[in-house]
Amino acid sequence: MKNNQTPEIAIETKNLFIFYGSFAAVSEVNLKIEKQKVTAIIGPSGCGKSTLLRAFNRMNDFVPSSYVTGEVLLSGQNLYGSNIDPVEVRRRIGMVFQKPNPFPKSIYENIAWGARINGFKGNMDELVEQSLRGAALWEEVKDQLQKSAYELSGGQQQRLCIARTIAIQPDIILMDEPASALDPISTLRIEELMQELKKNYTIIIVTHNMQQAARVSDYTAMMMLEKDGSRSGTVIEFSETKKIFTNPKDKRTEDYVTGRFG
Amino acid sequence: MNPNHDHFPEGESFRQSLGRRYRTASIWQGLFFSAFLIAILSLGALLYNIIDGAFGYVAFDYKNDPSEFTSKPLDDLNKQELLDILKTNLSSGAYKKLDNEKTMEKRSRSVLYTLVLERLIQIDTKETWSMTDSILRSAEIKVEAAEKYPEAKLEFRSWLTPVFLTTPMSSKAEFAGVRTAILGSLWMVGIAILFAMPIGTGAAIYLHEYANKNFINRVIQTNINNLAGVPSIVYGMLGLAIFVRTFEPFTSGSMFGVTDTNGRTILSAGLTMGTLVLPLIIINAQEAIKAVPDSLRQAAFGVGATRWQTIWHHVLPNALPGILTGSILAVSRAIGETAPLIVVGASTFISIDPDGPFSKFTALPIQIYQWTTRAQSEFHAIAASAIIVLLALLLSLNATAVLLRNRVQRKY
Repeated sequence: MKNNQTPEIAIETKNLFIFYGSFAAVSEVNLKIEKQKVTAIIGPSGCGKSTLLRAFNRMNDFVPSSYVTGEVLLSGQNLYGSNIDPVEVRRRIGMVFQKPNPFPKSIYENIAWGARINGFKGNMDELVEQSLRGAALWEEVKDQLQKSAYELSGGQQQRLCIARTIAIQPDIILMDEPASALDPISTLRIEELMQELKKNYTIIIVTHNMQQAARVSDYTAMMMLEKDGSRSGTVIEFSETKKIFTNPKDKRTEDYVTGRFG
Repeated sequence: MNPNHDHFPEGESFRQSLGRRYRTASIWQGLFFSAFLIAILSLGALLYNIIDGAFGYVAFDYKNDPSEFTSKPLDDLNKQELLDILKTNLSSGAYKKLDNEKTMEKRSRSVLYTLVLERLIQIDTKETWSMTDSILRSAEIKVEAAEKYPEAKLEFRSWLTPVFLTTPMSSKAEFAGVRTAILGSLWMVGIAILFAMPIGTGAAIYLHEYANKNFINRVIQTNINNLAGVPSIVYGMLGLAIFVRTFEPFTSGSMFGVTDTNGRTILSAGLTMGTLVLPLIIINAQEAIKAVPDSLRQAAFGVGATRWQTIWHHVLPNALPGILTGSILAVSRAIGETAPLIVVGASTFISIDPDGPFSKFTALPIQIYQWTTRAQSEFHAIAASAIIVLLALLLSLNATAVLLRNRVQRKY
């Protein structure tokens, strides 16, 4: 069944559990995320999609009483190892949030800030241009780089957030429902952008929108609450997006993707 | 068909019940409006009462006739002539004392003129009238004054004058000013803010951004909220025990070689006021920091910022307008506080400008309090004027801070 050529793995979870206090919000996740592909995480509300996504760059660290067991491996290194600094993890694994959250600064500063605090020594103007081009925003804003980011439209703000993320040259970009606050046209632009971005980056996206997952992703992880009533979410099926949508193995996945979930 | 359909009023009975609802609404609206009216009227009455006292007719007399000292009219005398009059007519002891406070030759003409009036001619105020009386019963007052004090001159006077602002304290109401009190108040709130704002902001940052939400921190938080409501006299006692007594070598300045003071200095008062407003500043700063959206912190963390970078570059700049507003409120409270100053030991009679943190001092509320306790009505008039000064000072401080806040609020 396997190809001769083993796919390159960007990030991998091994027996990952995420706890809030004594409550396991996500349990027993084993995923191998392939390099330079888009991996979608889908599932009903409250099943732990965002929690799982945030475990990849240790954003859950800010929730008091949260902790994980198991491993998240980035090129073989456990991100939760005792010698790992979460700041470095977030520099390697960037994140785009659900609601566009640019800094209340100029467009230029939005991109330059992250690079500067991470010790970027190169040509900042070049980096800003390159990042904005990478996020397909350059043509729209090149003459107004000193304008406040808040004056941009929601879709432009979200692309600015993507530009800000790629400016620090991460290995992986996490996207937490990046288009859910946007209109269909802006959504389409973000989706197109993701196809561009995956040439250079590994993308993991959480989405509520199944058509979106089907359109943009190469692999899909289906999450669902455990059947035992523990309110704990887990990945029930993970494979190529095509298979998930046309020939799912799990009955629950089939019900969900065909809209019969209920 | 919905089985509950019949339970709703229809047609005429619905319109009746709607009318009842509107009537209730208008009664409440009327009540709210009356509450608003009462509040406005109370404020108006307060302002009127103050202004009423600060202006009005005054009947006064010269104890010694100006002709005893000079042949020319007083207003035509130049500086040197005034100086000569003072030299010849004051006792040498009194002259020396004045000269020691500030060299006589260096004083301006108007100061010397006031001294001649105050020390030699000596104004004797017979009676004062309020502004309302003065306007409404002007004719009657003139007749009354002419009958009762045939010698006296009647004059409509504003007790609040530029001279009132720039002259120091005097034992005679006609010559007393609020200069030393204004300077004392400004020094005091200045020290209080310098002390309380960095500490308060720092504490707020620690509590909101760093501290765990554990039991001890919750107890501390509750206590900070309670401390903001502790009566100010308690802070006065604290200031007396700690700043005036325990830290006397520091607050009196003897540590720095300043002599002839005790711990009852501007520094003690400023630190006491700082302690008093500290909880207020912490709470306001916390609110301001809380108002910075979490999404902004996440954005900063998301591009690999440390907690410190997130706070310094994003949380603080965005919370600063709120922190400044909180400090404005704190200043407003500190500048009007009287009780702690009495306990800490503000002097009521100070005629020399405070010249540093180790000076003895007085403050506006202390001065006002002291003047209102005097029996003579002219002191009540200058107390009213001093209240106007206090209110104006408060408003201008607030205005400065609001301007500052708007300037800091970056327009992206």
